[in-house]
Amino acid sequence: MATLQSAAVGRAGPPPPRRRRSWTGWGFVAPFALVFALVFLAPIAYSIYLSLFQDRLIGGTTFVGLDNYQRALDDPEFWEGLGRVALFLAVQVPIMLGIALLVALALDSGRLYGKSFFRISIFLPYAVPAVVATLMWGFMYGTRFGLVGDVNDAFGTELPDPLSPDLVLASIGNIVTWEFVGYNMLIFYSALRVVPRSLYEAAEIDGASQLRVITAIKIPAIRGALVIATIFSIIGSFQLFNEPSILQDLAPNAITTSYTPNLYTYSLSFNGQQQNYSATVAIIMGLITMVIAYVVQLRGMRKGA
Amino acid sequence: MATPTRTAARAPRARHAPPPRLRPARRPRHSLARPRRSVPLTLLTGLVVLYTLVPLLWLVISATKSQEGLADSFGLWFGGDFSLWDNVRETFTYNDGVFTRWLLNTLVYVVLGAGGATVLAVLGGYALAKFDFPGKRVVFAVVIGAVAVPGTALAVPTFLMFGELGLTNTPWAVIIPSLISPFGLYLMWVFATEAIPAELLEAARVDGAGELRTFIQVCLPLLAPGMVTVLLFTMVQTWNNYFLPLIMIKDPDWYPLTLGLNSWNAQASTAGGEPVFHLVITGSLITILPLIAAFLLLQKFWQSGLAAGSVKE
Repeated sequence: MATLQSAAVGRAGPPPPRRRRSWTGWGFVAPFALVFALVFLAPIAYSIYLSLFQDRLIGGTTFVGLDNYQRALDDPEFWEGLGRVALFLAVQVPIMLGIALLVALALDSGRLYGKSFFRISIFLPYAVPAVVATLMWGFMYGTRFGLVGDVNDAFGTELPDPLSPDLVLASIGNIVTWEFVGYNMLIFYSALRVVPRSLYEAAEIDGASQLRVITAIKIPAIRGALVIATIFSIIGSFQLFNEPSILQDLAPNAITTSYTPNLYTYSLSFNGQQQNYSATVAIIMGLITMVIAYVVQLRGMRKGA
Repeated sequence: MATPTRTAARAPRARHAPPPRLRPARRPRHSLARPRRSVPLTLLTGLVVLYTLVPLLWLVISATKSQEGLADSFGLWFGGDFSLWDNVRETFTYNDGVFTRWLLNTLVYVVLGAGGATVLAVLGGYALAKFDFPGKRVVFAVVIGAVAVPGTALAVPTFLMFGELGLTNTPWAVIIPSLISPFGLYLMWVFATEAIPAELLEAARVDGAGELRTFIQVCLPLLAPGMVTVLLFTMVQTWNNYFLPLIMIKDPDWYPLTLGLNSWNAQASTAGGEPVFHLVITGSLITILPLIAAFLLLQKFWQSGLAAGSVKE
């Protein structure tokens, strides 16, 4: 379907009719732009404003310049949380995207029995709310009445507790992988479907092996999708909040209030009433995320050129 | 989405040609375009399916167990008593039927939030794809830049702003931020570029149709697959939203299902709270069923919509 459409557009070759530059387009884009300004631009501006002030016992709200930023850079709790999500990013994202890519290639190869069953079953967890996914896995992790406990009872083993402080980050990584592996698979698969089949036939005539077709044609052809999925995953990792926050009830000792930078901003402003400092931490995290996402995009696209 | 059919002119190559008399109708059986199916590869991919489906199976099986059964029986098989219907009834009646209230809240958030987000994304995407207007590049750059800003970074200032406006602890605090889906805007922009030929718009204008009429009567039908895709994905986002209502809503009467389930779960670890794990599990199952059904029923639409979205990348 997509290929047909792009072909149709390609055929409509003659120079585009001179489009008058007019304000008509604004009529259509205005509703989005207005709400966008209210829920994106205004809060960003407001949090920058907040980050420059401090609420003091004596003197009330005072302009303090960049003091809050200085404080964040010296704050071990902030750095510890940042280090944790960076570790998460370095380990979980490659595993998840790797599995997603392998499955997408397997589906696209046409060598599977029951392809559409595979595609939809692997995608299904995406439709499960993070809350349900986390509660479900949290129960299964339980050493008393979860699956881990069942295995211990059945085989007399002593499996380590997935919710212990040492393992809880890996357990969260597993939940996130479970939730998003199918979504990423679908992005890769959709991109693979629009690679012109004639390329494969040409490669076949040249005697290229399957592996060679994958590394020389398929992966370069979906580079855009790979970069986009990587950027989304980076943003997701740095924003890690739902899973640890919900697991806190099941693993109160393992997950502290500054476990990830986002949990930290949340507890700073809703339990600690430190809105100004909380806004500062949020801005720093936003900047770090944007810089890394931008670097990945530049690198990813440069290789493609 | 069908694989391109071979043209008659491109005759099967000799080394793949089947013996003439035996299978006359068959095309060459294994080539890159029409490969042989593989059992080992199917089994390997099957492992990933096990990984994704076993937890859901666990959820379905556990929903049939009573609170005691949960603790006593093996997780991946049914316990002695089949108490699914009791659990469902108790889920809906526990605490004066607050679960029903959460379900209705969620529906309101989804219909207004996801529905509104889709309308805004379709209008905006259409404008970006088909009109040239002053400031278009700025709009585009700002939206793309904003996608990289962590949503949670905005949460605290949005909460404080909404507090000033008196909107916190009301449904609007959840609905208004849900109206913006940068991903939806991007998808509709790509989709409208591909789906609406420029000549069609010119023809409609020559015929004297107004802009709004052209959009509604000519363009909307062409945009339908993209709209269904955006609607499904924004529905998932609103239905599954946790962080936004967590900070905005304090009154349990306005909780969506996600917050409600979490509060039932947390109940066990508060002093004097009654553990209701069987209700958490049954409630979770009820929560995920509508979305899974929507995805299964609308497969054709969203898969073609996504495929079109990936053309541009």
